[in-house]
Amino acid sequence: MAERVLFEHKLALRMVPEMEIEASEAATAIAREIRMSPDRIDEVRMAVVEACINALEHSHAGDQEVSVTFQVLGEQDPEKLRIMVHDNGIGFSPDVLEEPTMEGKLKAVRKRGWGLKIIKGLMDEVKIRSGAEGTTVVMSKLR
Amino acid sequence: MTESLNVTVDRRDSLAVIYTEGYINNQGGEEIAKTAYKLLDEGYKALLLNLAGTKIVNSIGISILIEIIEKMIEIEGKLGFCCLTPTIEKTFHIMGLAQYAPIFPNEDAAVAQMRS
Repeated sequence: MAERVLFEHKLALRMVPEMEIEASEAATAIAREIRMSPDRIDEVRMAVVEACINALEHSHAGDQEVSVTFQVLGEQDPEKLRIMVHDNGIGFSPDVLEEPTMEGKLKAVRKRGWGLKIIKGLMDEVKIRSGAEGTTVVMSKLR
Repeated sequence: MTESLNVTVDRRDSLAVIYTEGYINNQGGEEIAKTAYKLLDEGYKALLLNLAGTKIVNSIGISILIEIIEKMIEIEGKLGFCCLTPTIEKTFHIMGLAQYAPIFPNEDAAVAQMRS
């Protein structure tokens, strides 16, 4: 059966330090509203933080904005929270990204680059659309 | 909106416990690293990070913790973590960090294990 969007909320955030906290607080409030368990809420919160930081650090977006769309999906009752984090940046090719490992990072000068791995580990579904129009991370978690 | 990090230290015989309170982002990670390197300069080779007061971290902050782990490996010291939220603990496992710095459920268990 097709999922219906029962509720939608959009945020437009300036790319300034700690804007990820504002997005994570909105995610927390919506996840609480649909009675997601506290541990799962915390996982959503962390994934949103990472998606916003990725946009802040890597998008090189001229407009310096990130849009975050929250959708509650379900047939009649809320079943899933979907979050889309979009920037208008230069895009990237997710397929060519090397997956970070601790072994590799311990030897490397640059220790960063964990965001997508963390998001994929914490959320139930993650899709990345990236191109000339920017990047959208679409991530979902069942209630 | 800002959640800055407070760091306090409890120096014990052969081990120092670093307590954090707040968001471990880049500034928070740097604050922990500064504290950890000062303790290494003082001669401590076993450090326990008690994150009971930290409910949120980000990957930039964690990447600075990885620098501390690298340093501890280099000097053959010990670094452990305790009192993590389930999500922070899960994140450390996703990253493989727990293989290099053990995670303990509470401070007593950590201190007992790290002193042995």
